[in-house]
Amino acid sequence: MGAKVIKPGLATTVQDLGRPGYFHLGIPIGGAMDRLAMRAANMLVGNDEGAAGLEAVFVGPELEFTVETTVAVTGAEMPIFVDGEEKPGWTAFRVKAGQMLSFGYLKSGARVYIAVAGGIDVPTALGSRSTYAIGALGGYKGRPLAAGDDLPIGRGGTVKEGRSVPEALRRMPGKPAEIRVLPGLYWHRVTEEAQTAFYEDTWKVAPEADRMGYRFRGGRALSFVPREQPFGAGSDPSNIVDSCYPYGSIQVPGGTEPIILHRDAVSGGGYFMIGTVISADMDLIGQMQPNMPTRFVKIGMDEALSARRERARLIDRIRQSLN
Amino acid sequence: MKNRYSFGGDEHLFVECSEEMSLEAFFKSLSMTNAIRESGIRGVTEICPANASFQIKFDPDIIKPDDMLKEVRAIEEQAARSEPVIGTRIIEVPVFYQDPWTHETLMRFRERHQDPKSTDIEYAARINHFATVDEFIAAHSGAPWFVSMVGFVAGLPFMYQMVDRPRQLEVPKYLRPRTDTPKLTVGYGGCFTAIYSVRGAGGYQMFGITPMPIYDPEQKTSYLRDFLVLFRPGDIVKFRPIGREEYDQAVADVSAGRFTPAMSDVTFDLREFQKDIDGYNARLEGAIHGR
Repeated sequence: MGAKVIKPGLATTVQDLGRPGYFHLGIPIGGAMDRLAMRAANMLVGNDEGAAGLEAVFVGPELEFTVETTVAVTGAEMPIFVDGEEKPGWTAFRVKAGQMLSFGYLKSGARVYIAVAGGIDVPTALGSRSTYAIGALGGYKGRPLAAGDDLPIGRGGTVKEGRSVPEALRRMPGKPAEIRVLPGLYWHRVTEEAQTAFYEDTWKVAPEADRMGYRFRGGRALSFVPREQPFGAGSDPSNIVDSCYPYGSIQVPGGTEPIILHRDAVSGGGYFMIGTVISADMDLIGQMQPNMPTRFVKIGMDEALSARRERARLIDRIRQSLN
Repeated sequence: MKNRYSFGGDEHLFVECSEEMSLEAFFKSLSMTNAIRESGIRGVTEICPANASFQIKFDPDIIKPDDMLKEVRAIEEQAARSEPVIGTRIIEVPVFYQDPWTHETLMRFRERHQDPKSTDIEYAARINHFATVDEFIAAHSGAPWFVSMVGFVAGLPFMYQMVDRPRQLEVPKYLRPRTDTPKLTVGYGGCFTAIYSVRGAGGYQMFGITPMPIYDPEQKTSYLRDFLVLFRPGDIVKFRPIGREEYDQAVADVSAGRFTPAMSDVTFDLREFQKDIDGYNARLEGAIHGR
C-alpha cells in the first residue's frame, strides 16, 4: 500500500543516498543529487536519512495516497498542495488516504525531494533503492515513474506534524552560483591563459543538464599546451587515453563546453579533465537550472576539507533542530 | 614508468601510470589496484582500474588525502618489486561480424562518419592497410584482448589487444556520436575494442554483434544470476567469428538458459608473454576449452 502515480512529472525517480562499490564496473553511485535536501526530508518524516524518497526535477508529480502518512518536501522552491491546499516546504505534514499531493510551478532551484514516513519500499538492487535508469537498475522497475505506477510505502513511525527545517539551515546556490573547484587531473594540459580565463568567466548552465552531468556554455574556449598526442589517446588535443572519471570532475571536450559529472556519472572516457568540484558543493549543482549564471572558484585541498566539515556541521544542526 | 598523482577533489586520488597506452601501463594499473584492494586501507570506498591509469575513491573523514597518497605511493614502490603475474580468466566471445543489425544502424548514421561511402569495417580495414575485410577480421579475432577497463556505462568492457605496437589496430571514433547503437555491438575506437552492454548513444565504429549478454540487471541470464556484470578488469577475451546460423542458435540458447560462455581460469605472466607473444597467446587460447 502506498501512493498511486497520477502524473509522473518530468523525470521523477526513486533515490536514496546511493550505491557505492560498483563504479569499477561502470555502475555509478547514483542517489539524490542534492543529498542534504534528501537527508533533511527523511529527518522531517522520522526516517533513516538514507531511506528512499522521490527526486523530481523541474516539474513535480501528482500522487494519490492510499494510506495515511507523513510527508515532507525539501529542495527546490515549488508550491506544494494536498487536495489543493498549499503546504509549506521543508516541513512535515499529514496526508490522509485518498488525498492528492501535487505541485505548482518551479520558482527556484531544480529538484524537490519527497520523503514519506517509512520510505519508498521498492526492492534494493546492489544495496540501494536508487534508480540508475541507463542500466535499468534499482528504483521503480529501473526507470523514472510513469502514470499508473503503484509506489509501495514502508511502515513509518509517528512524527509530529508541522516540524520544520529553519530557513537558515537550507542550502541553495547563490546568483551567480559559485562552485568551488580543486584544480588537478589534466589541469597542466591547458595554457596559463586558459587556466585564468576558466575561473574569470561567467558560465551558464546549458540545456544538457541531468543526473549524469551538467554542461556549461558561455566562457572562453580553452587553449591547449601543444604536444604530440600519446598513443591510444585520439587526435584531438582534449583527448586522453580513456581513464576513470571522478564524480564532480570537469571535462572539456574540444576545450569548449565544460561538463561536470554528477551522481549518475559515466565512469570513464577519453576526455581530459581540468579539476573536480569539491564534495561539499555537489549538492548545489543538483539545484541549478539551465541558463543559471555560474562562476567557478579555485580552491586548495585545505579549503575543500574545511568546506566538507562545514557541510557536515550544517547537516548536524538540521538533526539537532529537529530533535 | 613513474606514476603521476593528482587529487580529484577531496574524495578521489587519480593515478596516471603512463600518458600513452601500453600493456605495461595497463598491467601496472591492474597490479597496483589489486595490491591496494589487498592492503585493505581504511577509508577506501572504490578502486577503479582503467587502461593506463586508475582511481581510488576514499572518505577523507576517515583517511586524510595526504595519508591516502602516502599509502598508494608506498604500494607503487612495492609493486615495482613484485612479480608481474596475475591470476585471471580467459573468456571466448562469439562475434557475428558484419551482421544485419549494426549494418542497418551504421547506414542510418552515414553522414556522421569519416567515409560515408563505405561501412565501418571496410573503412577500418582500409586505414589499417588490410587488403580485405576478412583479413581485418582475422586480425581482430586472431589475438586475444585484455579487458583494460569496465565502465563508461554498466558492464561495458574496454579491451586492448595483446599484440605489440606495430600490430595494434587503430581507428578514429565517429565524427559526431550516433544517437543509437544496438545492444551487444562490438565496436572500436582509438586502440580499444568495446562491447556495448546496453543500447544507446555511441561513437565507436561498429564491426559486429555478439549473441552473448554481458549485463543483465534482472539477473535472468543463466551465467549472470550470481552477478549482473560479466566482465572484470584483467579478464582476457578471445573473439571467435561466427555466421548467422550459429548466431541464431546462440540467441535461442541464451533465452532457453542453455548458453554457457567458454571460459577458464588462467595465470598471466607479463615477462613470459613478452618473450614470445604469439606462442603465449596460443597457449592462453588453448586453455579456453581446457586443452
